[in-house]
Amino acid sequence: MEDTPIALIKNLTTHYDDVEILSDINLHVNTNEILVIMGGSGSGKSTLLRHMLGLNQPTSGDVELFGQDLKSMRMQDLCNLRQKIGVSFQGGALFNSMTVGENIILPLKEHTKLDDKTMQIMMRIKLEVVNLAGFENLMPDQLSGGMIKRVALARAIIMDPALLFFDEPSAGLDPVVSAELDELILTLKGAMNMSIVVVTHEIESAMKIADRIAVLDKGKLVQIGTKEEIRNSDHPRVRMLINRIPENIQPDSDEYMERLTRENNI
Amino acid sequence: MAASKNRLIAVTESTGKYTVDFLEEIGYAFSLLSESIYWILFGQFKKQRVRLSNTAREMMTIGISAVPIVAVLMFAIGVMMATQGIHTLRKFGAEPHIIPGIALAITREFSPLITSIIISGRSGSAIAAKIGTMKISQEIDALRVMGISPVRYLVSPALIAMCIMVPALTVMADVIGMFGGGVFIAMNIDISLYAYFDRVMTILKAEDILQGMLKSFLFAIIITISGAVNGFSVKGGAEGVGKATTRAVVLSISYIILTDMIFTFILNR
Repeated sequence: MEDTPIALIKNLTTHYDDVEILSDINLHVNTNEILVIMGGSGSGKSTLLRHMLGLNQPTSGDVELFGQDLKSMRMQDLCNLRQKIGVSFQGGALFNSMTVGENIILPLKEHTKLDDKTMQIMMRIKLEVVNLAGFENLMPDQLSGGMIKRVALARAIIMDPALLFFDEPSAGLDPVVSAELDELILTLKGAMNMSIVVVTHEIESAMKIADRIAVLDKGKLVQIGTKEEIRNSDHPRVRMLINRIPENIQPDSDEYMERLTRENNI
Repeated sequence: MAASKNRLIAVTESTGKYTVDFLEEIGYAFSLLSESIYWILFGQFKKQRVRLSNTAREMMTIGISAVPIVAVLMFAIGVMMATQGIHTLRKFGAEPHIIPGIALAITREFSPLITSIIISGRSGSAIAAKIGTMKISQEIDALRVMGISPVRYLVSPALIAMCIMVPALTVMADVIGMFGGGVFIAMNIDISLYAYFDRVMTILKAEDILQGMLKSFLFAIIITISGAVNGFSVKGGAEGVGKATTRAVVLSISYIILTDMIFTFILNR
């Protein structure tokens, strides 16, 4: 049975100055599924994520979260809607002037009227979830890369969001830590009934956690399907990503010379 | 001929671009100011309260921590004005007339100006650096996706703190500047410190102090918004933050002096 999608992207096209970054993207995220958005560097996957969060304005097309169109929403309604989502940024984006505990508590402090003790307990529960119990008094600059990602995740889930976005969970981490994060994402889906959107370029991690995978290439959605469909895909770009084949650009010697000497010809 | 025509087009184009950029920035500054005032007034009804604790923290860093530096510099300015005044008036044998000169110049002009310039260097730059650093490390995005308005969370508390603390520091600067002048006068011409302040009190009207405070209130807004505009406009990593910080201070001091000129002109016609 197909549920109403929790996130829906319709004909999304975006530009950076005059360069087209995303071209006519159509995508949806079902309730309680993990959708992995995969693609190489520069494929537009981070831009797509920013649009799904309503951080950028598209050239054309719509993004809907929980059935509401982000473009036509008032600032106030957007703020309220965002309390239902959690985001873990690639670099963590922890507030450097606050301790780990204060970072995690901030959304609760700003959006709820719970008393301090309750918030402390909720914060510790989330730290337990990400296996960082007892770290609440450290500052972000005292943490390792993997710990920062986990704290960012704890902060992202403190309001128990229905929809979680995770940008590059494995980037810059060793295989063991990134495998742990994959496990954590699966736990969150199972235990908290979250719908999760993960942006990554790691095929292994994607194959482990995804219900469906969307493959982006040069701003276009190349294929979307289950793990098996992607694994058995015969699309050349998808095969390249899966089999880690370098893009074989045949050099044209005349063009090459022209590029090198272009400035001098003027 | 063609070259000079191309040059003319290039100059026109860049002038146009600078004008548009300037107008865009002014527009952005006003929208930022109105948004922060909006959150201060209506935030509590929209579940986006401007926190008292954040405001108090800003008041500490913007105001209380600046007390020593403002005090020392204003004392020095007072001494300097007395020195120059006595030197000039001695030619006419009119040294005692220095007192109204010091009292009025400090309360109406120097105190708000010097205080604002110090605060701009200390805190305007800090606002730009903080917001700029947060922007490049995606912390501003993190606030937005948490449903926390960055303007409400970062700018509004600073604006309240600045608008209270800069006028307060200005009043303190009035007293200390006049004290500095008084000490020098007491040491150099035959007027005691008591007699000096007695004379100052008869000369000064509430209006003089209020004029200084009103100006410093406007300067406080300029410092905050200039810091915030430059912070939010940061591009290109750590170097960008450095540039934005410098720009915030230079621009706010320029706007402060220009506003001062216009305001003084209007008020004293």
